[in-house]
Amino acid sequence: MSYSLPHLRVLEAESIQIIREVAAEFAKPVMLYSIGKDSSVMVRLAQKAFFPGKIPFPMLHVDTTFKFGEMIEFRDSFMRSIGADLIVGTNRKAIEEGANPFVLGTAKCCALLKTRGLLDALEAGGYDAAFGGARRDEEKSRAKERVYSFRDRFGQWDPKNQRPELWNIYNARVDKGESIRVFPLSNWTELDVWHYIYLENIPVVPLYFAKPRAMVVRGGSLIPVEHNMPLLPHEKPEMIMSRMRSLGCTYCTGAIRSDADSLPKIIAELIGFRRSERENRVIDHDQEGSMELKKREGYF
Amino acid sequence: MAAETIDDFLRRHESSELLRFTTAGSVDDGKSTLIGRLLYDTKGVYEDQLASIKSSRINRSTGSIDFSLLTDGLKAEREQGITIDVAYRYFATAKRKFIIADTPGHEQYTRNMATGASTATLAIVLIDARKGVLPQSRRHAYISSLLGIPNLVVAVNKMDLVDFSQEVFEQIRRDFTAFAAQLDLPDPVFIPISALDGDNVVSNSPRTSWYNGPNLLHHLETAPISVVHNYEDFRLAVQYVIRPDLDFRGYAGQIASGAIRPGAPVMVLPSGRTSKVKSIATFDGNLDVAFPPMSITLTLEDELDISRGDMLVDPAGMPHVSRRVEAALVWMNQEPLELNRPYLLKHTTQQIGVTVTAIEARIDVNTLAQDQPERLQLNEIGIVSLETTKPLFYDPYTSNRATGSLILIDPTTNATLAAGMLRHRRTLPATQAIAPLLNFEAGRLTPAERYARAGHLPATVWLTARAELVWSLERKLFERGCLVQAIADDVESHRLPEVARILNSAGLIAICSSGSNDAADLGRAEELVGSGKLFAYNPSDLSPKDDDACNRIIRDLEKRGILTPADFASGEGI
Repeated sequence: MSYSLPHLRVLEAESIQIIREVAAEFAKPVMLYSIGKDSSVMVRLAQKAFFPGKIPFPMLHVDTTFKFGEMIEFRDSFMRSIGADLIVGTNRKAIEEGANPFVLGTAKCCALLKTRGLLDALEAGGYDAAFGGARRDEEKSRAKERVYSFRDRFGQWDPKNQRPELWNIYNARVDKGESIRVFPLSNWTELDVWHYIYLENIPVVPLYFAKPRAMVVRGGSLIPVEHNMPLLPHEKPEMIMSRMRSLGCTYCTGAIRSDADSLPKIIAELIGFRRSERENRVIDHDQEGSMELKKREGYF
Repeated sequence: MAAETIDDFLRRHESSELLRFTTAGSVDDGKSTLIGRLLYDTKGVYEDQLASIKSSRINRSTGSIDFSLLTDGLKAEREQGITIDVAYRYFATAKRKFIIADTPGHEQYTRNMATGASTATLAIVLIDARKGVLPQSRRHAYISSLLGIPNLVVAVNKMDLVDFSQEVFEQIRRDFTAFAAQLDLPDPVFIPISALDGDNVVSNSPRTSWYNGPNLLHHLETAPISVVHNYEDFRLAVQYVIRPDLDFRGYAGQIASGAIRPGAPVMVLPSGRTSKVKSIATFDGNLDVAFPPMSITLTLEDELDISRGDMLVDPAGMPHVSRRVEAALVWMNQEPLELNRPYLLKHTTQQIGVTVTAIEARIDVNTLAQDQPERLQLNEIGIVSLETTKPLFYDPYTSNRATGSLILIDPTTNATLAAGMLRHRRTLPATQAIAPLLNFEAGRLTPAERYARAGHLPATVWLTARAELVWSLERKLFERGCLVQAIADDVESHRLPEVARILNSAGLIAICSSGSNDAADLGRAEELVGSGKLFAYNPSDLSPKDDDACNRIIRDLEKRGILTPADFASGEGI
């Protein structure tokens, strides 16, 4: 008999090994749940890791309050359906002081609502390990990220001082206040994620599927008109057949023109596609090497 | 895509395999260019990434696109123009999905090369056709062999700069082969390429008509993958115990080696208790068979006390069990290795205390010359002896990557200090002789644990009327590191069998000198100690010289598997 495992099953087995290792070795792990497709896959892998038991750690969503309404709706019903323990973290102070991307600009807004919001929520929960759904194929600086990514007591990442990581033996040692970000999907590509969602029939937010949506066209990007986004003088919202390729805050997530309204169509679009998924994220382009800067500061 | 529907694509992509490979080359060997070329030619590069490097202010190449910029991720590297850390890249063809561990080639980053190699099934060593086999090329080949990569490709790059000369290519092949003969390396596949122009990268080049071998991509698509796993000896290190309710108790882990089916016997280490597999439970239903690298959950027929760090193994093919092991270490920290300093060792799912008791040799990665220093510095490779606080259940790395690998951690700074590959030494593979012992019901401490502590099995040596030999033999065994106790003048002859039995159950080798020649005592000894553990000698069996007599007895103990032969240590080369 020959033993051969197809690549998605190899990736699945490796991710489950990572998730179990973290649950066993850390005092207080948490899974960062961003509602996106990668999070959906990560949650499914966590279900598999502990079946028939429950997922032994909570889910944390950092809500900037500028997400799509459909995301929040999906989050609440999905979390309920799998019986997960959901925690929502928001930088209330910044929101009350009026932080929003339209006034602050995306870089500052992200630093306050996402990065600060995340770091505060992690600190408040006393979590020593936080799973994230980031993949190495998303962006160049992520290509060098470890599976266990060490963060100092300020939540910051130092690309020159990463622990060597060999085989599947992970160093889980941290001192008080320090933590590890864990990326069980490190070796998955965007295509792998979609294909796995298709094979496993995993629920995802409807925003990924094409339908006519209210958009303005700004600098070549399609920006969804939500959260009272101020329009420029010449701009007029139009209904455009479109979908989101990745999900974030409404203002920072550009949509793409598409008529892919099913998983096979999304995958067909993807393999014909030659644009990377973060390209429609406004935040990655605001400064050269901007993702690397954000990561150093503590962003996922 | 015209000929293939999306459904066809999904089916094909669903069954495609995964190959991990590593690339190593010196600073100017064109490694980044080769990877950029592979990504570009297999459409692994996105248009916007391409646009961003086309518009980059930096272009170190002579062509319109500097492919190397695709892979140089971090700002610091872009400034220095060198890759400083392991970067992972992804691409897929119709046949396979690929993960590249792109590792830097210059000297101070040996640790990164070892990191990339640890998960790879194939290594590409890049050689600049103009420069030939350099010390760095040897280093890359050596590290590939040390980390046990089963497929090796030597890509002779920049063939365009030597007019695609067959002679140059053949000379490099000869030089490399001569060096490789000293290593435990798979037969390399040599391919003449030009990463810059694309010759023999994804299609065969008309400019090398003298070359009949595969192009690089074709070779990547067909090189054997499953060779990296051991499907023989079942091993599952328990990661997590799943107990949702009183009816279910599952042992979760990733199969390190061997295939397992419901009904198969398993032994639990270190307790030595045995049971049978009741079910292989997964989210997607129970399985009929599971094999590496699957992550599964096993339930057993019997209720046993099993926790994280324990290992489930095939009782008919057991791993080594020992607290004293030998390993090849790649030292990865600025702080050098210090003998006898407490470190932490992580191996499978165990994390335990360890000290390095000796540096047996340091190996110069360029020349393979050996010496014996006091310390091991960053990026140095050494063969060391380790002593752990609890027994390791392991296999030599060469026969099992998953149970033969370890890392060392500094308990103060928490830094990962070293990567280790375990070797044969000082322990017997757990053989038939040990199996009954492991089943022994003996309270909390098991004979397996005693065996692991002692490094040998218990036995009773019974000498008749030869009191003076007792002390020589006791000293000889003691000097070998055995736990040994001679009983001669202080115990009455008829009580010797009982005392021997007690010493044996504590894991010791007992040496009894029976003053009388009473066959009844010997008979009782056999009954109490067990004939497999009793070694009885008459004066006429042994040389009158103590030394010779001792050697004869020790040889007998070795033959029967009580002691590990002293020359076992030489083991296999690396």
